[in-house]
Amino acid sequence: MTAAPLTPALDPRAPAGPLEHRWERRRDELALVGPTRRRFHTVLVIGAGLAGASAAATLSELGYRVRCLVFHDSPRRAHSVAAQGGINAAKNYQNDGDSVARLFHETLEGGDFRSRESNVYRLAELSARIVDHAVAQGVPFAREYGGHLANRSFGGTLVSRTFYARGQTGQQLLLGAYGALAKEEARGGVTVLPRREMLDLIVVDGRARGVVARDLVTGALETHLADAVVLATGGYANAYYLSTNAKASNCTAIWRAHRRGAAFANPGFVQFHPTCLPATGEGQAKTTLMSESLRNDGRLWVPLRAGDARPPRDIPEVERDYFLERRYPRFGNLVPRDLGSRAVKAMLDEGRGVGPGGKAVYLDLMDAARRLGVEVLRERYGNLFEMYQHITGDDALRGAMRIAPAAHYTMGGLWVDYDLMSNVPGLFVIGEANFSDHGANRLGASALMQGLADGYFILPSTLAGYLAGARLPAVDAGRPEAREALRAVSGRIERLLAIGGGRTAGDFHRALGRLLWDHCGLERNRAGLVKSMEEVAALRQAFWEDLALPGGAGELNQELERAGRVADFLELGELMCRDALAREESCGCHFRTEYQTEQGEAQRDDAGFAHVAAWMPGEDGRGPVRLSEPLHFESLALLERSYT
Amino acid sequence: MNLTFRVWRQRGPEDAGGFVRYPVEGLSPEMTLLETLDRLNETLVAHGEPPLAFDSDCREGICGACGIVVDGRPHGPLPRTTTCLVPLRAFRDGATVTLEPFRTGVFPVLRDLVVDRGALDRVMQAGGYVSVRAGSAPEANTLPVARGAVERALDAATCIGCGACVAACPNGSAALFVGAKVSHLARLPQGQPERARRGRALVTAADREGFGACSSHGECEAVCPAGIGLDTIAQMNRDYLASVLAS
Repeated sequence: MTAAPLTPALDPRAPAGPLEHRWERRRDELALVGPTRRRFHTVLVIGAGLAGASAAATLSELGYRVRCLVFHDSPRRAHSVAAQGGINAAKNYQNDGDSVARLFHETLEGGDFRSRESNVYRLAELSARIVDHAVAQGVPFAREYGGHLANRSFGGTLVSRTFYARGQTGQQLLLGAYGALAKEEARGGVTVLPRREMLDLIVVDGRARGVVARDLVTGALETHLADAVVLATGGYANAYYLSTNAKASNCTAIWRAHRRGAAFANPGFVQFHPTCLPATGEGQAKTTLMSESLRNDGRLWVPLRAGDARPPRDIPEVERDYFLERRYPRFGNLVPRDLGSRAVKAMLDEGRGVGPGGKAVYLDLMDAARRLGVEVLRERYGNLFEMYQHITGDDALRGAMRIAPAAHYTMGGLWVDYDLMSNVPGLFVIGEANFSDHGANRLGASALMQGLADGYFILPSTLAGYLAGARLPAVDAGRPEAREALRAVSGRIERLLAIGGGRTAGDFHRALGRLLWDHCGLERNRAGLVKSMEEVAALRQAFWEDLALPGGAGELNQELERAGRVADFLELGELMCRDALAREESCGCHFRTEYQTEQGEAQRDDAGFAHVAAWMPGEDGRGPVRLSEPLHFESLALLERSYT
Repeated sequence: MNLTFRVWRQRGPEDAGGFVRYPVEGLSPEMTLLETLDRLNETLVAHGEPPLAFDSDCREGICGACGIVVDGRPHGPLPRTTTCLVPLRAFRDGATVTLEPFRTGVFPVLRDLVVDRGALDRVMQAGGYVSVRAGSAPEANTLPVARGAVERALDAATCIGCGACVAACPNGSAALFVGAKVSHLARLPQGQPERARRGRALVTAADREGFGACSSHGECEAVCPAGIGLDTIAQMNRDYLASVLAS
């Protein structure tokens, strides 16, 4: 590859001093906006999942005027609703040695040392307050018999710190945030505009000042202006077509912001979740997650003998390979997701997979059922068993679940500094949409924690600092920058509608997904990445020549929505491969087959790649430019991760 | 297997709309109903025809976005199952399957099977929450809550807000939806300070939106994909009455 000769650095502007005092110090040094001045500031929040809804509600509680755009018919539909297993908090209620320092340490190590110490520490520090707030909202977390909060364990940890509401924790936390949003709507502080999709960012005098959005019912294009813009639009795992994400989850908001100059960090860092329902066929709409929490009580195994087609109950203990317990005796079935997924893939590659096509491994709850009784398992995971039965027609408690890895979460996203502001002043990015605190691999039950830390606690403080310090003259929709963005959006829609080809957006999307899955998936290598970059580019060209897209712009047109999103995935997909190619090491989810230890684990290159890679958009025919932000580790030595 | 879909097509809120038949062949019983509609849509699009508009997102039964009246029943033939999780094995090979939008005056049809359920959000704004500001909460374990109370609260809080209860009700009542939220918070100590106000405010807001009154047909409970029970409506009536008598 042609490495960029110069890699200018991005400054995270993290505070100095001891880790445990940095967030407090930053809050103390941030300027404030007085209570009577706040209502003169309008903030646009795009998206109302956990991050967006919590941010919008909290900003309104503080007195800012908030306008919140969501592409669903209601904020309660955001994909956070589907998070199952739980939310981490360093409460140490189990008296098992948990602490802020330990959550920090495990998150940093789980991410394979590719995240910022300052951010991760702050996240661990805020975790406890999130649970306090959710409980006060009436989120029905599971309780012990004495009435105190219950916990379970997730991968990559040796303590129990995960709070949960059956297998629907995301839903319950989202309803808490949605309730807060409803409360502020009733008070008049927030205006939620449903069925609006952001299609461009408006940058005036170098600052983010608004967005162009499409009313998905009428097709009308709207200009929304504000003093700051907050993107809370989630991740881009749907680039793989088949993923655990909801069908409409997409990259368009962050990708359009990237095209306007926001750096895109670590686009190749994608989490593959080990316990999903295996893909079945071409017509399949998506893959479905089975919560990691099942690994508390479930054991993963394959038959010792390849091709053993007996039903799982007929295979005796001695002829089973509990491969995670064998490879990682200390963590067993609770290894982090990157290791779990790769271990499953190794079994499939050895031909020891089970079920149709040998595409799955067993997740077996029989031991736990004998030990605890079926009723206890139903209480812990009831709705997951129901979902499994709905989709597969099988009872998980009579046999063993069949599971396989699938694209699930993106650690990559728009680059943000310690204050969660992108390199475009006034553009803040929160939740999964930013490149986040999870490094090269996110631990289970940490996405909800991060989204809510960003929305309830971090952004409301740091945004005030920005608003207090920035000169923000009034802008109106007549500004040339706003009009140019509006023209760009309508021009693009017209181009899409004018192609008049014969191939559907869904078909292009599936082709992109296959390319990324094969070459930029659980394992990557140079040859495959080089090839896939060319193929994605060719696919993108074919898209703009042969897309079939009926209907018009001025109506509810779901196919037009889909086509616009696929067009953006076709650009992002190439950048994902480019990023994976440029990172010549293995770390966390990013496993380059050229860089592995003798045991087949990821081989990091800390001298060359202990940094965040942040890509600036290409201009004038030049390719994207790779910037870097060096990562410094003061509190922890850079070790090879060890879960054995 | 082969199916014929008899689908409601309506270009916009002002359009009269009508049924159109689409035969679909070569299906497998494992496919879901919505995957079949995806496939039908791809065929329509490739032939330059506008695809069938319908809402759906998570395809796991939790987001509440989907909701089609299938052969007269909101969400379809299976109990406790959202439209997105209905497999084709629920239908007879060769059957004609009728697909319609949720029909109630409070949910205007936007296009084909897509309706506007914004009224449900407006009802929630009237008080479907605990009024607590971020940053003001006490340490979580300072308030022990009985395990049974939490489980019963979650049984109600599990409502996905899809609106099937309204579509199933001959009165177009949102009582099950309102009852679920009232019960969720009434069963927890956190919900007590605003309990009286909440019950009355939500019922009043639902009336204002034009939802009908409950006359205990029980159709809502029968179609609810989240298994919300009629006991939540009893709870709502109790809280409403208590609030009225107290004032």
